[in-house]
Amino acid sequence: MNLFEAIRMAANGLLANRLRSSLTMLGILIGVAAVILLVAVGNGASVQINAQIQSLGANVIYVFPSNARGTGGVSQGFGTGQSLTQADVNAINSAQQAPDVVAAIPIAQSGGQITYGSQNYFAPTIGTTPAFPQVRDYQVAEGSFFTDDDVNAKHRVVVLGQTVVDNLFGTVDPIGQTIKINRQSFRVIGVFAPKGGSGLGSQDNVVIAPITTVWAYLTGARGQVISQIVASATSAASVAQAETEITTILLERHQISDVTQANFQLQSQQDILNQATSIATALTLVLGAIAGISLVVGGIGIMNIMLVTVTERTREIGIRKALGARGRDILSQFLIEAVTLSLLGGLIGVVAGILVSAVIGRLAGWGFIFDPATLVVATAFSLAVGVVFGVWPARQAARLDPVVALRYE
Amino acid sequence: MIALEGITKTYRMGKVEVHALQGIDLRIGEGEFVAIMGASGSGKSTLMNIIGCLDVPTSGRYLLDGADVSRVDDDQLAGIRNRKIGFVFQSFNLIPRTSALHNVEMPLIYMGRKPAAAGTTRASRATQALGAVGLADRIHHQPTELSGGQQQRAAIARALVTDPAILLADEPTGNLDSASSVEIMRLLSALNVGQGRTIVLITHEQDIARFARRVVELRDGRIVRDEKVA
Repeated sequence: MNLFEAIRMAANGLLANRLRSSLTMLGILIGVAAVILLVAVGNGASVQINAQIQSLGANVIYVFPSNARGTGGVSQGFGTGQSLTQADVNAINSAQQAPDVVAAIPIAQSGGQITYGSQNYFAPTIGTTPAFPQVRDYQVAEGSFFTDDDVNAKHRVVVLGQTVVDNLFGTVDPIGQTIKINRQSFRVIGVFAPKGGSGLGSQDNVVIAPITTVWAYLTGARGQVISQIVASATSAASVAQAETEITTILLERHQISDVTQANFQLQSQQDILNQATSIATALTLVLGAIAGISLVVGGIGIMNIMLVTVTERTREIGIRKALGARGRDILSQFLIEAVTLSLLGGLIGVVAGILVSAVIGRLAGWGFIFDPATLVVATAFSLAVGVVFGVWPARQAARLDPVVALRYE
Repeated sequence: MIALEGITKTYRMGKVEVHALQGIDLRIGEGEFVAIMGASGSGKSTLMNIIGCLDVPTSGRYLLDGADVSRVDDDQLAGIRNRKIGFVFQSFNLIPRTSALHNVEMPLIYMGRKPAAAGTTRASRATQALGAVGLADRIHHQPTELSGGQQQRAAIARALVTDPAILLADEPTGNLDSASSVEIMRLLSALNVGQGRTIVLITHEQDIARFARRVVELRDGRIVRDEKVA
């Protein structure tokens, strides 16, 4: 008996019970579609997260204050310490001490209601120094960024992100206008080009002012706090070297000999990226595993229905054996039926999964990401499911005694 | 053609041993038409299973066409059934939802090799076999679309399509009305007389056995009568 005949027989068997065959296929279909969909969603989300993190600026290192553990006993939480000073920033900016750092800037954060005319909006106000656009990779689209003079003289000038401009000004040209932050007046001198990114991580929802101005007019009682230092390394390859230099400078300046007792923490762009990537990978794995379970459940469905089929068709098996079918002829007939169910279900599942993930990708804004490997894996997996769960019922069929099978009613 | 020598068959039914056949010696020559008779429980079904190579004897020798088939494995038995034996069953046993043509092709599919005669295909041989039993105009009908008599004719066509050494008919008229029964028995007779087919007929009806030319009667697993009839 050749393969073509075996497939023809299997097709006849499946077509005889159309509803049952379709329902059995549905199990595998859903499993495969879920695998493709969830993997696509996982990949899409991680691509989006990576893009957002990349938009923070290239080769960037963040320095956060932290309470030295083990001395006080109580950790006061991330970023709440006050151990960083302008002198630290100056030391990191020194070319001799930190040759791999291009520039370092202090950051002082403040929040507050921003108003222009009758419009009001909420955005974080960040106090920093003129190197900010260079370090954080912002482009000034209109007007100009503030200068060292502005910082020294505590001038009340601000540069706005595009989101803030859209929400406050509409069609009005913001340059030269006066806005109020916490009822203090500030003059708009520049607007950043949009950086993209959405949601909480949006890089366009910012107001930037000289750090001295923020201290003088906005942070109030909290005083001259630097909540973080942002430094940029000369290249991606020198990030690690720059981190070492910064750590050495700060340990020395803070007079700490043991690095585990440091009252600051460093985090590079790459650290954040690695964290996010490992989270996204874990997410993809978990989703994939859940989808894999549904494939196994679908496989059990196939096995169940094949056992029923073999029992129902015992007499037919007996007839075929009387006519000269060998065990392997019967085995291949029923195995091909099982594999046809799973493979067909799998292929329809692939199509369904691709369609749904394309729609979701469009809605979520990460576009259509399709990994051809998924297709190969899904097809191979559904083939394997058919073989694994089909072989036992098929063996049952092949081992039937023709005398008993022919007598079966 | 068929030589059974000291065939016994013992089944285990739980803890009880059932001696279905207790030493059968039987020779059936080429071209014979033999009816094997007996009441139920006489062992005639067991004998049919052994002659039909569906089962192997517990002891004794079975020579079919000169070859000992009493000690071969399942796959070899399947091959022997395919090539040497044509089955006709009481309940027709056509495969459901499958056309008469495809049913008749089935043994050829399992035979695997190309049809013996040059220039013939499986379909042409099956069509020819169906024509020979008078079903030329029914080849694409499914079993449910055929009458009992027609189904049994299709089954006979299927039995003959491989040109087997023996035609083994197990109560072939058991599910048929008397008109169809006579029709089927005449067809079998014609095959025996006209083509010299060796036919072994299992039946418990005297009327049906009368079509055969030799009657073998079984009782309690032994042959109690073996005689030529007119």
